[in-house]
Amino acid sequence: MKKNQTIPDLIWQFFCSVKLTIYTLLLLATTSIVGTIILQNGDPRQYVQEYGEGFYNLIKIFNIDDMYHAWWFLALIVILCINIVVCSIERLSTTWKVIFPKKIKFNPDRFRKLKNRQLFPMENDVHSLSTTCEKFLSKCVGKVIKEQTASGVVLYAEKGRWTRIGVYIVHSSILLLLVGALIGSLFGFKANMNIDEGVTSNTAFNTKLKLPIHLGFSIRCDDFEVKFYDTGAPEDFRSTLTIIENGKESFTKDIRVNHPLRYKGINVFQSSYGQARSSQPDSITLGILQKNTGLETTHSLKIGQQVQLPDDNGVFRLDKFETHFNFKKNDLGQAFVGTLTNKEGDSLIIGLPLRFPTFDKMRKGAFAFSVAALNQKYYTGLQVTKDPGIWFVYTGFILMIIGCWITFFMSHQSYLIEIIKKQDSESDIYISGTTNRNTQSLKLKVNSMANKLKGK
Amino acid sequence: MTSSLALASTTFIYALASVFYIGSFAFKKQVLAKIGFIVLVIGFLDNTVGIILRWIESYQIGYGHAPFANMYESLVFFSWTVAILYIFVELKYKESIIGVFVAPLVFLAIAYASFDPNISNKISPLVPALKSNWLIAHVITCFLGYAGFAVSFGFSIMYFIKPKKSESTSIFAKLPSFDLIDELIYQMVVFGFLFLTIGIITGSVWANSAWGKYWTWDPKETWSLITWFVYAIFMHLRMMRGWHGKNLAWVSIIGFMAVLFTYFGVNNLLSGLHSYG
Ligand code: HEM
Repeated sequence: MKKNQTIPDLIWQFFCSVKLTIYTLLLLATTSIVGTIILQNGDPRQYVQEYGEGFYNLIKIFNIDDMYHAWWFLALIVILCINIVVCSIERLSTTWKVIFPKKIKFNPDRFRKLKNRQLFPMENDVHSLSTTCEKFLSKCVGKVIKEQTASGVVLYAEKGRWTRIGVYIVHSSILLLLVGALIGSLFGFKANMNIDEGVTSNTAFNTKLKLPIHLGFSIRCDDFEVKFYDTGAPEDFRSTLTIIENGKESFTKDIRVNHPLRYKGINVFQSSYGQARSSQPDSITLGILQKNTGLETTHSLKIGQQVQLPDDNGVFRLDKFETHFNFKKNDLGQAFVGTLTNKEGDSLIIGLPLRFPTFDKMRKGAFAFSVAALNQKYYTGLQVTKDPGIWFVYTGFILMIIGCWITFFMSHQSYLIEIIKKQDSESDIYISGTTNRNTQSLKLKVNSMANKLKGK
Repeated sequence: MTSSLALASTTFIYALASVFYIGSFAFKKQVLAKIGFIVLVIGFLDNTVGIILRWIESYQIGYGHAPFANMYESLVFFSWTVAILYIFVELKYKESIIGVFVAPLVFLAIAYASFDPNISNKISPLVPALKSNWLIAHVITCFLGYAGFAVSFGFSIMYFIKPKKSESTSIFAKLPSFDLIDELIYQMVVFGFLFLTIGIITGSVWANSAWGKYWTWDPKETWSLITWFVYAIFMHLRMMRGWHGKNLAWVSIIGFMAVLFTYFGVNNLLSGLHSYG
């Protein structure tokens, strides 16, 4: 410990070093591997079974079962943030003066020592050469500063001074991303909501804690449809949703995977589906067998709807669903019940028990009815999220790309052309350049500028 | 012509290009490298035709998606990106000998796709979540990134086998100067890093539009972030700590190991949302 250094000084210095950056990034990279190998957010029993009691205690202490939200992982991220902020403050005070100087100054001696310096003689006097070179330089680079020297003249030009800000854009984009993530985790949520077709709901359940969340509006699932490829793999899921607010229907929209609904800062995604459990079936595919011809036709039918029989032989109406259908004092279980009305207007009650598909064939009559298929109701599985931090994150994304581009492909370059008088119409021209990045490409640029000048 | 024919021939043309490059190196004949380059360009054109045909065929079958939907297609595309990047580098730096370290990579990727029995080259339909324009942007940028890292890996190897003494008569003495190798490694990492960054970002935006979360710490995401960290370390070591040469070449090799794990290891050894590379 050096003398005269206070504790805050030491802390500042600790956060000021790029070594810290490198070690922290290294720690983040290596520890991140753990969470890809050990199951995250699993059930305690799974861990005990896999790793044993003792190791499970270790997992609990370090929150390895949810390590990306563990205190020590977040601490590493916080250290990176402080590191970036402290370093930027420390360096910006000097960089700022470089980026926004009161007056652009240059030191010809510095350019004289550069390795990429090129010399070539020209047959012309200093004055006319200096006009040519000035024009050339201002076209290639930018505004030219001209100064007389003892033996001739120097011309200086530079460009891209502002690109030194690029690194700070990258680093602030990282801070912005993390701020966005923080806002999202404090004020946002991720929840699930399963709605049966035809049902309305205003409550989602938090994915992790299963706590109810009230959305402030209701969602009704009007319809759900799933389409399959020939291979049996799902091709598309679609739910028709109606938003209901204060008892009034607001609007209806179809959502599909990748095409969510966004309303009042809440996003509703199609995420899964299944057969509605509690609900009773309300529609069937009805098979009608014409006994004399053996021909069978099928019709999709909802409760309350009716269908015309072939050859104008009357109508069949589907009346209701019964859980215990009673036939001659026998309980035949779940069944649909319908009414057959013939041409003459006589009606007959017909039971279609689900357990006995050919039941109606035993009845005398021209037609036999059967339940060819149950049209089950689906529920749609929705993922409901809210993330007020998203705009910070997206701005961070854009800034990071812009910042990386500037840092990698642009640089602050300065060039100096020196013209030295040898005889009245003979002069030597020196050209050299310097940059804060990409020295190699600057060298090529100096070469090509020298060649172009020689040609003039 | 069908896409499978085009891609099968591509595999053999790339093999031929590798043979020429290695031959040029072994027999110290510049001509062979020149031929190798021409063969590589032909292979690349064939590769391009194969990808386009496959795209068209997927529409004819009725699935209609860009050919970036399974392991086979992604490997074929990986070969394509490494090839185009290398062609660009050779044209810019006019050093044909370095092709020895890249052409075999191009060949190996597409050969692996064609010959590994576990990798099916069937055109399969897309599951709903993959139907997004972000998918195309995500895959293309990620693979450009991987390609940059792959080429930089090839160049890093060069650093270790080039003899220290310049008067050495070993065949490796003809390799470009250490300074140039160093520069090439860095340029390729920069290229890869920019595209990996855009790749991770487009992936996040896509995840946000498909599942409502831009980051879920899914193993594939996490590994791409680990890779990103490794190359960020590379960059800071070079720019702020003045690292060069062998030490930095090591970092680039470690980075490429992370890329390989992100690409293959995660699918084969870990489980998660991503269905392929
Ligand atoms: C992952 C998080 C990152 C952290 C924690 C971090 C941190 C730092 C720190 C502390 C410095 C030194 C202080 C300074 O010059 O301001 C630095 C320098 C630098 N960083 Fe980063 N950085 C990160 C990401 C990046 C990325 C993605 C890039 C890519 C463009 C980058 C490019 C640079 C450059 C070029 C410098 C040198 C600045 C100079 O030459 O003056 N950093 N970084």
